[in-house]
Amino acid sequence: MLDGLFDARRWNITLDSMGPFWDGFLFTLQVVVVGLVISLVLGTVLGVFSTTRSRVLRAVSRVYVEFFQNTPLPVQVFFYYMAGPRVLQAITGAPSPVRISSFVIGAVGVGLYHAAYVSEVIRTGIESVPRGQMEAARSQGFSRPQAYLYIILPQTFKVILPPLCNQTLNLVKNTSVLALIAGGDLMYNADNFVSTYGYLQGYIMACVLYFVICFPLALLVQYLEKRAKRKPRAKVIPGVTPEPVKEA
Amino acid sequence: MEIFTQANVTFILAGFLKTLEISALAIVFSILLGTVLAMVKQFCRGRLSIFRWIVSGYIELFRCTPNLLWILFIYFTVKGSDVFVSVLAFTIFTSAVIAEIVRGGFNSIPKSQFEAAQSQGFGFFSTMRYVILPQTFRTIIPALFSQCTTVIKDSSYLAGINVAEFMFSAKVVMGYTTNLNQVLLLYGFVFLLYFALNFGISLIVRAYQRRLVAA
Repeated sequence: MLDGLFDARRWNITLDSMGPFWDGFLFTLQVVVVGLVISLVLGTVLGVFSTTRSRVLRAVSRVYVEFFQNTPLPVQVFFYYMAGPRVLQAITGAPSPVRISSFVIGAVGVGLYHAAYVSEVIRTGIESVPRGQMEAARSQGFSRPQAYLYIILPQTFKVILPPLCNQTLNLVKNTSVLALIAGGDLMYNADNFVSTYGYLQGYIMACVLYFVICFPLALLVQYLEKRAKRKPRAKVIPGVTPEPVKEA
Repeated sequence: MEIFTQANVTFILAGFLKTLEISALAIVFSILLGTVLAMVKQFCRGRLSIFRWIVSGYIELFRCTPNLLWILFIYFTVKGSDVFVSVLAFTIFTSAVIAEIVRGGFNSIPKSQFEAAQSQGFGFFSTMRYVILPQTFRTIIPALFSQCTTVIKDSSYLAGINVAEFMFSAKVVMGYTTNLNQVLLLYGFVFLLYFALNFGISLIVRAYQRRLVAA
């Protein structure tokens, strides 16, 4: 079952052929960065949509979120991979199916999927800001978009930061979906190694590399959650804020 | 060629049933194992601390690595029926997530509950069984249900190791046609069924939460 796990020769061969692992590692990181940008931008837009007064925008956001949260990411990615090229062909009228690189499929796949989750995070963040803030901003002559940009969104950061980091962690893990469509990411290259050599060590190396990315994120989430629970304290400005009472 | 023939639809629905079977078994075992892990991480102090560290390591390891990795890992190392392999892979992975959910539930219970139970002469296990766990599960039901939808969604990763679950059977049928409209229809069908199942579950959660707030 786990035979050859402590075989030194197998470990040597694995460590000698780390090239594809590092390629996959870099590829995964690139997909993560682009996917994260897509999900943050789209998620913020959708999150703001879901708190506006316009019924249409709210409905758009709702439908998007429910669809992407309730269907599996692998199915979405298979769809982009298998049907995407021919749908694009039909739309653009190209003579042959439009090739989509696995990088684009990966980044767009996880980006669109996590945008739904980011949108929900942003929505709860905005809803946590008291209504009076928007009213106060409006009374000072801010337009609604300005009020969102300068008053509301900055105040949501403390609430949304821990769940956003959690989403980032999930996004990193979910990029492994690319392995299902021969995507050249870390998981795929590791799986390739294992099926070539038949050594379990390939999975263990992949495990280590994923852990290296995700564990700092998990620690960050823990730290941010702890920080968000602390009660806010006024900054001490000498001469302005009252001196802290010294205990006798 | 028409692909929504009776044989094909039966084949795909058999895959859907397999998805349900694997998910249900995986969730039941994960809740059992996850509860035990959470109890160890929360309550093993003093001389038993070593168990706490082991469990913490287990939880962090599985929280920080992709699900697919463990599916492939178990598929490669363990021989058995496809349902057994799938359920095992999902259980070791999901139990780590559920352990954290259960621990969150423990933390929401006032300390006085433990003290009161002890003062009434309950031992550790009967305190858990009669006082703590019933309250814990009541508070974490929403989180557990949304973990169910995660498991159902992630079970489509199993198509990667050729387990004949829903996504895999749909892909097999898709191989019979080159007609774009048929492919799109089939994807629509797959999306619809997954959506109906998961959305149904999340509606139940929302109804439950509303009742909880009203009460």
